[in-house]
Amino acid sequence: MNDVDGNRRSMWKRAWAWFDDLTGTSSWLVPLLRHPVPNAKKSAWFYVLGSATLFVFILQIVTGVALSSSYIASSGEAYHTLLFISGTTLGRIVRGMHYFGASAMIILIGLHAVRVYLMGSYKYPRQVNWITGAVLLLLTLLMAFTGQLLRWDQTGFWTAVVAAEQAGRTPLIGNWLGHFILAGDTVGGATLSRFFAAHVFFIPALIFAFLGFHLYLVIHNGISEPPQAGRPVQPKTYRRWYADLLAREGRPFWPDAAWRDVVFGFLVVVTIVVLAVVIGPEPLGKPPDPTIIGASPKPDWFLLWYYALLTVAPHWSENSLILLGPLIFGVLLIFLPFIASKGERSPLRRPWSILIVGTIVVIIAYYGNLGRLAPWSPRLEAEPLPATVVGEPSGPVSEGAKVFYEKGCEYCHTIAGYGGIRGPDLTYVADRMNAQQIKTRIFSGAQNMPSYNGNITDAQMSSLLAFLESRQRRSIAEGKKP
Amino acid sequence: MLENPQSECEASELNRRSFLSRLSILLSSIGAAIVAIPSVGFLLGLRRPTEVWRGVGQVNDFQIGPTSQVSFQDPSPLPWSGVTAQTSAWLRRVADQEFVAFSVDCTHLGCPIRWLPAANLFMCPCHGGVYYSDGTVASGPPPRPLFQYPVRVQNGEVQILTSPVPIA
Repeated sequence: MNDVDGNRRSMWKRAWAWFDDLTGTSSWLVPLLRHPVPNAKKSAWFYVLGSATLFVFILQIVTGVALSSSYIASSGEAYHTLLFISGTTLGRIVRGMHYFGASAMIILIGLHAVRVYLMGSYKYPRQVNWITGAVLLLLTLLMAFTGQLLRWDQTGFWTAVVAAEQAGRTPLIGNWLGHFILAGDTVGGATLSRFFAAHVFFIPALIFAFLGFHLYLVIHNGISEPPQAGRPVQPKTYRRWYADLLAREGRPFWPDAAWRDVVFGFLVVVTIVVLAVVIGPEPLGKPPDPTIIGASPKPDWFLLWYYALLTVAPHWSENSLILLGPLIFGVLLIFLPFIASKGERSPLRRPWSILIVGTIVVIIAYYGNLGRLAPWSPRLEAEPLPATVVGEPSGPVSEGAKVFYEKGCEYCHTIAGYGGIRGPDLTYVADRMNAQQIKTRIFSGAQNMPSYNGNITDAQMSSLLAFLESRQRRSIAEGKKP
Repeated sequence: MLENPQSECEASELNRRSFLSRLSILLSSIGAAIVAIPSVGFLLGLRRPTEVWRGVGQVNDFQIGPTSQVSFQDPSPLPWSGVTAQTSAWLRRVADQEFVAFSVDCTHLGCPIRWLPAANLFMCPCHGGVYYSDGTVASGPPPRPLFQYPVRVQNGEVQILTSPVPIA
């Protein structure tokens, strides 16, 4: 080491000593970093999910601040500013990072909650850790929802309307609440500003408050030790037992435990950046112009399961599900530690916990996929059936195929893979229904099918029946095709 | 002569501290209230512009029978509303001087419904709600008929009365 290096190092040391003397930083930072944590051994990598969520939250703040420097939270301008941002190389990457960061944050906080639940880490003395974490999970979902809306394309615009309509189901204050969400009587200049304020100020302020409290509690109560079957939590003796455990085999948080957090967090951040560069952000839809009647709003992937659940639920239960579903979910989540605050922590002794998590995962996966397919949505973009499917170039069958399309039947019914899947597949309808039965159904309708009584001429009905009667395996197999 | 001057002095000090504590809490509460009341009031207050009649075209622009999409401006659009200041409706001329106008919002969850002219039906792309041409529910989840705007003809112009987004 030469004299120049030595002087430089000495200068930094003196500068740090001066700063530390005035601020007392090392008096709290060093104990914080060196505080002992249990030796998690084989389970150590399960403990990186919370810190990774925090890293991604910081990524969201950085990218969000960067985006806000060009995003104008105005109903008339937001879409154009997003086009501008997406049109620049770095803007596209930053938008992509924010988009994938949101997804990563939801996945990580969800996995963190599952880890804490399965390992019973929410039990004494960490009940309030869980409660603050549950609130943070709900706030993260709110951030994701409001963020989706800030894309402010046609889907964003109509999502605001759908959100207001759902809130409108609330007894007594529904109308006021719905219009409060819209910030007025209609979707207009103030609507987007309201969601922007929620996304950028209100919800993040709550997240900061709960996150600070959550982290304080992590230090105050200590990181939970890995559970062991046959070693239940005893509130009366736990704190003394935990202190003895740390004295016996505790490791300093920095660097013995923190290195895993850093390595995993780094991999998560790199993955987000790579996805942002390679795939880019969610493409923008059409402008938020209410005069373009072509939108079919759908939530992003993380709420697709809820969207599907609401849709497949019986109509009579819809209001209850919209209002009570999230309420019950939130209450159960928050009050979990009051239901089981002591006893066994190991999932091996709590098989129902594995069953509950498995059920939730299956529900989210199944209904999420169902929401993606949206079989209940008519396919209004369907084209007329091709001649190869119709089978006759002219005559009643061909005319009937036209009627089938014009009357909107094809939007809901599939024939040979064409059309919607809301109603029954009619590819071989004549194999299971005769002409009279088909005619009756067309005239009478059903719960999810309009009655065409008075809405179809005799000639149209005759052609339509001819077409539908030709939909049978035998005649199609015999090659009644052009 | 005082029996226990130290004790009285401590009592007096406690009273003083108690008073100062209460004073501080009171002033903090008043300070917070005078900031919060107008802020929360502004946040919660809804902008409720007066309903106005908006022209959507001349009577002769519309044939009797067909249903067409018309658009008109909100009653009091904000300068930065841009395209969102517009609202759409489905308008049909049913007689020489008589029109009906339906909201484009599905009564189920507010998605924009479309008119299928050949089928003579309104259809919602979200959950498949279907309405007959008179706005009554034909099938699917909508709980109510389509909302109808008041329409009038004034000096040969068809006018629609602006209305809030219909929320249950």
